[in-house]
Amino acid sequence: MTHLAGTLEIEPTTLPSKGKVGMLTLIAAESAIFVIFVIAYLFYLGKSLSGPTTAILRPPIFFTVCLLSSSFTVHLAVAALRGGRRVPFLGWWALTFTLGALFLIGTGLEWKHLIGEGLTIRANLFGTTYYSLVGLHALHVLVGLLLLGAVTLFALVRRVGQAQAEQVDVISLYWHFVDAVWVVVFTVVYVVGR
Amino acid sequence: MTTESETWPSTQSARRPWVDELQQWLTTVDHKRIGILYVLFAILFLVVGGIEASLIRIQLIRADHDFLAPQTFNQLFTLHGTTMIFFVAMPLMFGFANYLVPLMIGARDMAFPRLNAFSLWLTVLGGFLLYYSLVGGYGLYGVGSAPDVGWFAYAPLTSKTFSPGHSTDYWTLSLLIAGFGSIATAINIITTVFCLRCPGMTLGRMPLFVWLSLAMAMLAILAIGPLTAAQAMLMVDRYLGGHFFDTQAGGSAVLWMHFFWVFGHPEVYVLVIPAFGFASEIIPVFSRKAIFGYPIMVAATLAIAFVSISVWAHHMFTVGMTPAGNTFFVLSTMAIAVPTGIKIFNWLATMWGGRIEFRTPMLFCVGFLFQFLLAGLTGVMLASAPFNWQLGGSYFVVAHFHYVIVGAILFCAFAAFYYWFPKVTGRMLSESLGKLHFWLLVIGFHLTFDTMHVPGLLGMPRRIYTYEAGRGWEGWNAVVTVGAAIQAVAIGIFVINLVRAAFKGPKAGNDPWDAWTLEWSTTSPPPEYNFATLPVVRSRRPLWDLKHPEDPDWKYE
Repeated sequence: MTHLAGTLEIEPTTLPSKGKVGMLTLIAAESAIFVIFVIAYLFYLGKSLSGPTTAILRPPIFFTVCLLSSSFTVHLAVAALRGGRRVPFLGWWALTFTLGALFLIGTGLEWKHLIGEGLTIRANLFGTTYYSLVGLHALHVLVGLLLLGAVTLFALVRRVGQAQAEQVDVISLYWHFVDAVWVVVFTVVYVVGR
Repeated sequence: MTTESETWPSTQSARRPWVDELQQWLTTVDHKRIGILYVLFAILFLVVGGIEASLIRIQLIRADHDFLAPQTFNQLFTLHGTTMIFFVAMPLMFGFANYLVPLMIGARDMAFPRLNAFSLWLTVLGGFLLYYSLVGGYGLYGVGSAPDVGWFAYAPLTSKTFSPGHSTDYWTLSLLIAGFGSIATAINIITTVFCLRCPGMTLGRMPLFVWLSLAMAMLAILAIGPLTAAQAMLMVDRYLGGHFFDTQAGGSAVLWMHFFWVFGHPEVYVLVIPAFGFASEIIPVFSRKAIFGYPIMVAATLAIAFVSISVWAHHMFTVGMTPAGNTFFVLSTMAIAVPTGIKIFNWLATMWGGRIEFRTPMLFCVGFLFQFLLAGLTGVMLASAPFNWQLGGSYFVVAHFHYVIVGAILFCAFAAFYYWFPKVTGRMLSESLGKLHFWLLVIGFHLTFDTMHVPGLLGMPRRIYTYEAGRGWEGWNAVVTVGAAIQAVAIGIFVINLVRAAFKGPKAGNDPWDAWTLEWSTTSPPPEYNFATLPVVRSRRPLWDLKHPEDPDWKYE
């Protein structure tokens, strides 16, 4: 059988990158998961029958600034890599990792404070929904840190260059998502819910 | 077009020892082999789920029957529902999408082949975990084995108090793991469609099956997240002592219903949209006409997908909602009938004036059209809240959704089997066995599911393990069970046909149906790389253009 080969002139089309479409789709799926946890949090606000209330929450302003600014640093890192500037890339990338790690430490400190106040996951509905929502986000930060850390290691042994900018950009998309989710979680838990 | 077939030396080499062959299958990242494995897995579980259904029907054949213990009955309908939805229908649709989407858009594989294999094995793990509960579900308390909470596992039945032991945990983990696999497959399908189309294959020229697989994947992305979240919450409740669905601590059992059905209703469309895709490929080929109203078909599909996200609470009319809530969900549910009706008219218009060939795939599609229409009509009836208050939770509902799942989805899946089997194996299924399969299934199906509406109307509730004599249900239930037996025979004939044809069927050639989409342009079975040179496409029917250079489609599109 004759092939359907390019005997006819065809207008060239450019298709989007696999990595980006795949990551954006993953983000859509993850968003659906977060929406359900946010709904559960809002639905159960003030419905706890006993135990601590939202009054014991202290907004983690400093750590929030850390996490949100890491979106800028990761952006600068990817831009540096695209331009082939290796050392600035490593610097911004490592700073992103540090800011993310700081945020996670902040979450740990906050949980320590809350557990001291008697708020555990089994204390009441507030505890269950709070730790689940914030914990789900912290889990995503942790996954992001693993990805960032892996790239850092590869970059240190000179395996990350301009050619990998596309892949690194995909990871930065995930990191932006983790930040954006925190904006929602922060608003829901510390602004609306308190 | 000449019919000489090309030979591919690399794939036609000498036989390998079976261990090597097995190793090749288990470690494959080829979308076609993964697709075949999905489908084989689905057939295995179709037989398992079918046996469960048969046991349920034997128990209900007459009043006061004691064939099964009440506990066993509960476990069987839970396993039957969970199996059929998650481990038959989903893998079947994902298997066909895996096999066909790259071939139809002229790609060499899915976007992420290794992720694809990972999804398959997650689904398999989920399936075996569900059944492992039969032996491993005893847990610490020495009670409970297979999950017995129904396929939607309403709270507080799933709490530690009512589900001691680990049977519910196996159910939760099984769906959680299979859900991750499904999300990954959906990501793969979407990325493949957006990023790997061959030159000239614009979105507007994609075969409808590809469009519908894309819609299915998008819907799966939105629907499976809520299920995953709800299962995670249930695990928090059961393992960490949380209170999400713990009514004693102020938690809400109704919230679980919302979360489950936000997944559960779109899930129906995740399954039925690819079935529409099969019909949209098969009906035109056997009517010898291009599909009627291609853009409208795409639009109607996207409309169905979009509206289906906002209809979930029609599963909850009997729970009691506000009048505003009832009204919204009545209207949104009825609205779905509009794009669905458009599709039915388009399929009919495709057949209208065509030179129809009633080969087995077409027979199943015609059966689908007729039965799907009826299923839609009872759907509109149940969408009306007052009607639903009367019949929700009765056998009328059971009859309605089996009409959709068996009468529409399974019939389309069988059409797809008969249509694409020659491509997958290079051999034809037997037409005479196929027709016997079709007619037996039609007779069995209608005996079972037409009749099943009646005990529902007479007040027979769902999920009862037996009933007393004198309510007028016995005769109807006996007929339902007889129909189920006939369906079982039909499925047996289908499996025999599959096995026989796989070894002894007549050679199919590349294009046995004189079809128009790209998968028929390569050999049967296709080589590992699908296309030696990437095809170039100028219309929705590239093979028509090739066979009819004097009158190609692209002059008109």
